[in-house]
Amino acid sequence: MYDATLSQALYGVSYGLLLFMLAAGLTLIFSMMGVLNFAHASFYMLGAYFAYQLSLWLGFWPALVAAPVLLFIIGALVERWGLRRVHKWGHVPELLFTFGLSYIIVELVQVIWGRAAVAYRVPDELDGPVAWLQQMGITFPQYRMFMMAVAIGMLASIWLVLTRTRIGLVIQAALTHPQQVEALGHNVPQVFMLVFGGGSALAGLAGVVGGNAFVTEPAMAGTVGAIVFVVIVVGGMGSLVGAFIAALLIGLLENFGKASDFTGLKLLQALGVELTPDAALYPVLKLTMSQVAPVLPYLLLVVILIVRPKGLLGTRED
Amino acid sequence: MIRRQAIAWFAAASMALAASGALAQSKAAAPAPPVAPQTVKIAFIDPLSGPFAGVGTNLLRHFQFMTELVNAQQLAGPGIRFEMVPFDNKASPQESLTVLKQVIDQGIRYVAQGNGSGAALALSDAIEKHNERNPAQSIVFMNYAAVDPDLTNSKCSFWHFRFDANTDMKMEALTAYIKNRPEVKNVFLINQNYSHGQQVSRVAKEMLAQKRPDIKIVGDDLHPLGQVRDFSPYIAKMRAANADTIITGNWGPDLALLVRAARDAGLNANFYTYYAGVIGTPTAIGAAGENHIRQVSYWHPNITPDYPYEKMMLEFKKRFNEEWYTVATFTSLTVLAEGIKRAKSTDPLKVAYAMEGVKLTVPHGEIEMRATDHQLLQPLWISSWTKVGGPNRNDIEKTGYTWKTEVAYPTYVASQPTSCQMKRPSRAQ
Repeated sequence: MYDATLSQALYGVSYGLLLFMLAAGLTLIFSMMGVLNFAHASFYMLGAYFAYQLSLWLGFWPALVAAPVLLFIIGALVERWGLRRVHKWGHVPELLFTFGLSYIIVELVQVIWGRAAVAYRVPDELDGPVAWLQQMGITFPQYRMFMMAVAIGMLASIWLVLTRTRIGLVIQAALTHPQQVEALGHNVPQVFMLVFGGGSALAGLAGVVGGNAFVTEPAMAGTVGAIVFVVIVVGGMGSLVGAFIAALLIGLLENFGKASDFTGLKLLQALGVELTPDAALYPVLKLTMSQVAPVLPYLLLVVILIVRPKGLLGTRED
Repeated sequence: MIRRQAIAWFAAASMALAASGALAQSKAAAPAPPVAPQTVKIAFIDPLSGPFAGVGTNLLRHFQFMTELVNAQQLAGPGIRFEMVPFDNKASPQESLTVLKQVIDQGIRYVAQGNGSGAALALSDAIEKHNERNPAQSIVFMNYAAVDPDLTNSKCSFWHFRFDANTDMKMEALTAYIKNRPEVKNVFLINQNYSHGQQVSRVAKEMLAQKRPDIKIVGDDLHPLGQVRDFSPYIAKMRAANADTIITGNWGPDLALLVRAARDAGLNANFYTYYAGVIGTPTAIGAAGENHIRQVSYWHPNITPDYPYEKMMLEFKKRFNEEWYTVATFTSLTVLAEGIKRAKSTDPLKVAYAMEGVKLTVPHGEIEMRATDHQLLQPLWISSWTKVGGPNRNDIEKTGYTWKTEVAYPTYVASQPTSCQMKRPSRAQ
């Protein structure tokens, strides 16, 4: 038997978890440094391209580790030599800096790897459907399972680092009381550098596992750029758990939405109202759920901003 | 008064003559001297930046490569050289019109465009108006890839010439093929939600109903252009609907992602596509599409026994390390050169009249620029994505896969009637 609902849910969750991996770094950087990093999606793309290149030389598994490390270094350098210098002029120049950076990265990628897609493939070990789900009549790729495991592992380790380690405590303290932490002898600018590098590495990791699940091409940063902002705004700016919930919500919403043929007309019919094609709003009402599904996350964004501007689990009131 | 009547009569007569393809009268009336050696500039208006820049730059190279060939063989006559002048329209109809003004200002009289029927419709309309107001600076529009049938039907223009087969013609070939495939029972249509995708969906339903009324359309989805990252929900829907055949006009990432999602989910269905051969898509499809992808096109690299254009393709690959696949860049310049040769002039009006009804034998078969609507008639192929080997010798994008002929349709099969009521300008100016 083929269980469509369960299968849809699995796809929705795995897509949501990828979104979470992307949003986690962004929301961490924002909550700790107050920087809205527009280049975040470009780091995601860089992660995918690095992983592609490294997997040609070393294989997929070393690339899975090496690409995020490279992104960490790049992120730290960007913070040290770019953002820190711009920081003293305030948040708008920081924003513009990351915005410009995103364009430069896209152009660089096109110069190095060309404008067309590259053949970054799922490793053979993870190619094919999950056997035990197959027995239940659900075809679900092993690679998506792997993607989910990586995302959950990532959430757990971030949480552990932030709450159970010394560096995590320093980071948390530096957020709210930077002067005091500095007075205690900690190097706060270095902490910021680590956070920015770490956030970039998380984006890189998302790129490594997302690049071959989908397509690695120069437009990939643009296609996720907007949706990641939706995730962190809906979840609440700076809230890791909020981003997790929002990402799952959006993943499921999009997946179930796309598969549904439900229309406004059918709703009215169920209520006993029959409309003719010349009725007002008929063209809008006849749109199916699957046609409007890609807009649903943005609709959610607007609704959340009106009803609960700080997001689902946000703490900021301003 | 008499003079005006004479002109009107002359215009009517030339229309009739042009329709029958007879050009003898104009030749006899004005024996033109041989054309002076000169450079004919052709404006290339297509995206050279933004998400579709990859396709645009690749096609510009196609054209530049082809002009070298035309110039070396002197196809347009001794001393006549073609030169491409690139303009970036950023894939936008609005931007195309801005660029057209520059083209006019620079005195360029021939325009080539292809990526996007939206831009093509805007250009065709603007050129028609421009030529009406400024007959002395008329412009000829060579559309090498925009496939909206309207361009050669309700919105046809004397100045527009199309060198690709349009949506209707390709669907005619696809459905002619499906007609003899009893395994096709449940068809699912998935297309991008804009003019091209909507047309594919509409024509597919019409033609299938005619040829195979027993086939069930189990789904008809339109999704936003270039926005969908995860196609798995659509695939789940296809599976739930028991679809065995998918028909799609999707191109670029929208096609690649669709095919990969289908393979990941283990969907056992065949894809009938328009654009699986466009640069970048074969790489993204790779092994995922083996024996599951079919394509309708006016050429593919393994047409036995003659392998038309193979030498050209290999040389292009060697030089640019990119695929060569748009034969329309060859046919458009060849027909233009033939027009110039027949008109014994590079004047757009004379060349446009001379190109009407041109019949040529080119490497991939007989082609004809139909005079009634300026649609090029040419043979079509249905091919399937298969491992390189044997007669299917030309690897595509180093994937190890390539196209294999399923059926070859001669020119007449896909020819569709036209509703074009063409307004022709006066021949004499």
